[in-house]
Amino acid sequence: MKERHKNALRELEDIAEDIYDQLIEGNIPNMRIPTRTKNNIEFDDHQGVWKYGKSKSTRSAKKLKGARMILRTLYMLEFIRDMIGEDKSSTLREMYYISESWEKGKFNRQSESNRLAEDMEIVTDCLREDFKLRPEEDGARVIGDITVEEKNRKGEIRNINCRDDVGDSGYTIPYNVEEDKIKFTDTNVDFLIAIETGGMFDRLVENGFDEQANCLLVHLKGQPARSTRRMIKRLNEEEGIPVVVFTDGDPWSFRIFSSVAYGAIKSAHLSEYLATPGAEYIGITASDIMNYDLPTDKLTKTDRKALRQELEDPRFDTQFWRDEIETMLEIDKKAEQQALAKYGLDYVTDVYLPEKLEEAGLM
Amino acid sequence: MDSIAERLADKQKEISVGEFFERNKHILGFDSLTKALVTAVKEGVDNSLDSCEEAGILPDIKVVIREVDDEEYRVSVEDNGPGIPKRKIPDVFGKLLYGSRFHEIRQSRGQQGIGVSAVVMYGQLTTGKPTLVRSKVKEKDYAQEMKITLDTKKNEPDVLSKEVVLWEDKEHGTLFETTIRGLLRSGKHSVFEYLKNTAIVNPHARITYVRNGDTTVFKRATDQLPGKTKAVKPHIEGIELGTFAKMAKNSDRRKLVSFLVNDFSRISYNTARDICEEAGIEEEMKPRDLDVESCKKLLKATKNVKIMAPKTDCLSPIKSMLIKKGLKNVLKGYRPEFYAPPITRDPEVASGNPFQVEVGLVYGGDLPSDGPVRVLRFANRVPLMYKKGGCATTTAIQQIDWRIYGLDQKGGSGMPRGPVIILIHVASTRVPFTSEAKEAIADIPVIVDEIERGLRECARELRTHLNKKEKRKKVSKKFMIVKDILPMIAEKSASIVGKETPSLDKVMTNIMGVVYIDKKMEWNNGAAEGIIEIMNYTSKEREMSLFIEKPYPETELLDSSREPEHDGDYIEWKLEKLKPSKTSKIKFKFSNLDKEDIDGTDVFIDGVNETHLIGAEPLPDDWGVELADIHEED
Ligand SMILES: Nc1ncnc2c1ncn2[C@@H]1O[C@H](COP(=O)(O)OP(=O)(O)OP(=O)(O)O)[C@@H](O)[C@H]1O
Ligand SMILES: [Mg+2]
Repeated sequence: MKERHKNALRELEDIAEDIYDQLIEGNIPNMRIPTRTKNNIEFDDHQGVWKYGKSKSTRSAKKLKGARMILRTLYMLEFIRDMIGEDKSSTLREMYYISESWEKGKFNRQSESNRLAEDMEIVTDCLREDFKLRPEEDGARVIGDITVEEKNRKGEIRNINCRDDVGDSGYTIPYNVEEDKIKFTDTNVDFLIAIETGGMFDRLVENGFDEQANCLLVHLKGQPARSTRRMIKRLNEEEGIPVVVFTDGDPWSFRIFSSVAYGAIKSAHLSEYLATPGAEYIGITASDIMNYDLPTDKLTKTDRKALRQELEDPRFDTQFWRDEIETMLEIDKKAEQQALAKYGLDYVTDVYLPEKLEEAGLM
Repeated sequence: MDSIAERLADKQKEISVGEFFERNKHILGFDSLTKALVTAVKEGVDNSLDSCEEAGILPDIKVVIREVDDEEYRVSVEDNGPGIPKRKIPDVFGKLLYGSRFHEIRQSRGQQGIGVSAVVMYGQLTTGKPTLVRSKVKEKDYAQEMKITLDTKKNEPDVLSKEVVLWEDKEHGTLFETTIRGLLRSGKHSVFEYLKNTAIVNPHARITYVRNGDTTVFKRATDQLPGKTKAVKPHIEGIELGTFAKMAKNSDRRKLVSFLVNDFSRISYNTARDICEEAGIEEEMKPRDLDVESCKKLLKATKNVKIMAPKTDCLSPIKSMLIKKGLKNVLKGYRPEFYAPPITRDPEVASGNPFQVEVGLVYGGDLPSDGPVRVLRFANRVPLMYKKGGCATTTAIQQIDWRIYGLDQKGGSGMPRGPVIILIHVASTRVPFTSEAKEAIADIPVIVDEIERGLRECARELRTHLNKKEKRKKVSKKFMIVKDILPMIAEKSASIVGKETPSLDKVMTNIMGVVYIDKKMEWNNGAAEGIIEIMNYTSKEREMSLFIEKPYPETELLDSSREPEHDGDYIEWKLEKLKPSKTSKIKFKFSNLDKEDIDGTDVFIDGVNETHLIGAEPLPDDWGVELADIHEED
């Protein structure tokens, strides 16, 4: 048993011990965990990322929901303990299906079990990998002139150049991107562009933008997976590669950017692992919509609501974001990154990106 | 009162009754073919119920309808009433405006002496057939049978045949059979609905309905006859000037004071003098000599003198318990979840006639929840089936904001919506109907007000019930925690830390904080078997008494796992020293009740504060049981 699993086990047993002791004393069992909402994230000056603040929520068995959560916690805990003992691992989805047999402790949706796994990370200060849990999502794609040394499932070391040794779909980021799995042996790029949509990623690949601008293209696939964010973070921190984020122009894309740059609210306990504080936004803004006269869609009611929420989100509390969000609400329009094709397929690589990158001092 | 009936009386010689009737069928309730059938049955059943009650007999009524030709039906109504003496039969059935109730101030269904003779005439006009009447009084060994028509020109009966017959198994009673044009429909305005509603407010009656061979029986829910009503003198409050003047003119009394004391109800000698003094009229004067001006003054004076409310013994309200029984008896198929305790308001006076309002409300179960509430309207125990829009009951319902009582209502006025049946009964010595067909109650402000008050009382009970239900829901969630989840939490946490499973008693009482009563009843071989579980989830030891009401007087307690403290109309069990987090069980068995009744038996508890009680009601204080002092600090 590895040290990290042993440690996780100790932390988990503490949770059970705490609940047990409350019962012995005749108290209604409860658990306290940091409140996971935007009202409880604070900026960590030291690390330059947003983390959970001091406010905590109580899960008490006094309420049916709380009682259920405590029971689920115990079931999950037992499940993890058994996995560590048997040296097995499971995906989050598998765990969700296993919970079918947890009677009153079973989950109704996988989002519930995922969330509880995150809660456990927070309470124990461990990573879900320490619990032998992994996501089922396949990793995002990467294209550009860097070479990674990956240890494959047979334990062999492979060197892969992410431009020359891969097909057009690029190198796929594995779910574990820590040192023990991946090392960066050679990086010959000036910066890294994280791209929201597959369509735009493929456009830049086809136009050869990685070579044209000497950069690394990373596909985010919407809201990026932990491994994608971790990979970006490591490249930025360890290799000193500047990061820019290229997204659609709507409230949801702003959130994608903020989760890359500042940390997501859902995983604020991991911000120091996952967030890349220096990342810059080069996605479509409200000003771009006007300046480039892009084809647009009207904002929906939920779009407007999301924008208004962002105005209250501490992560967006900067001059740039306030202006852009307010302008977007004013013009009541949003645009996709592919709307740039209005001016031809090469416009994005010939005009838009060079202009934006120049502004960012990268070209 | 210048009613149509009176105008009719005045003009009898000038126009033929038949002519008048032809032209005014709607006034008498024969304006459509469907309605004609309902009216025919109604006139018969009303008379049967009236006469049974007057004679102190528990009514047993049989209504038979058979289609004999296209749009032609033979309708018969048979009762076990006192019967009608031979010499009276022709006039009762063959003469309009002949009756025993017109000149009397008393609560009865019949008022005008038109009812059943109108049916005879309608039948004769639409089918040309006479009505067959059979009646037997107790004193005679034989029944009289006659075929009667009505001479519409003279308003006199024509007796076509007269016979003496043996009526087997019948001590006394009346039967008439008439053939009329009509249409037999089902639904809101059907004969069935009329009889069903009649059964609700007449739980002392047994009503059998045979429709083209199919029999339905509305069983008797009580053996208690309605209180007998007495005829009374008019009450002066609100009497009309014309009536008052006429009474004075016709009075034989020598002095005004004695006229007031003797010809009106509830006026004492002193009160009479006060009225005269207030009006400034000589109390010794002859009532016959009063002019209209003086009459006016006298009536005005009565407003400033305190006069006792009319005596209530001329009214016969159904009363809370029997309304509930009647409702349960007829509505049990819907398994309603709640019967608001029916309200019987104190009598009030409208235009010199005492009246009394009763309201009931039934909620939930399988009652349809997506439409407007259903309203059952009654006047002197007779269902009102038509003209809902123009009825005082509707006015009263619509002027209440039902949203505050937990029902849907657009904009807080109009008909509320939801799974509700509202019952409204107006009893009076003279119900102010909007027409002679007695279909709707006039919008008289005092009456509307009284109905509204009654409705609000019931509505408050509904709100309390809905609140309780909400609370119960919360508690049942807690119950799930305590019963299902907490033990699993204990077991799991213990197994993970490798220790013994802890006792949960204290945690459980901490979470619940109530005494929880759970009643289950099952039907088994003609008897109802019940289990009541009493769980003390409070931190105190509890002592309490548990009560359940028997659905019927003949219901018997067959078996009981615990010796009851009392076994009569209700059953009482005593529970001593129920410790915190301990459960006690009572098993029992009832016989002589209906399968449908087993949901209706409520559990009442004495000895536990209402706020700590779930699944049972606190014992009402009108049971004649001395309630325990409850000291509740937790
Ligand atoms: N089934 C019956 N048994 C005994 N007496 C009856 C019966 N039916 C009618 N009577 C007598 O005949 C009278 C006339 O009945 P009818 O229905 O014509 O008038 P009513 O009931 O007095 O008033 P309404 O017109 O309001 O019905 C009654 O007042 C009652 O005295
Ligand atoms: Mg009658």
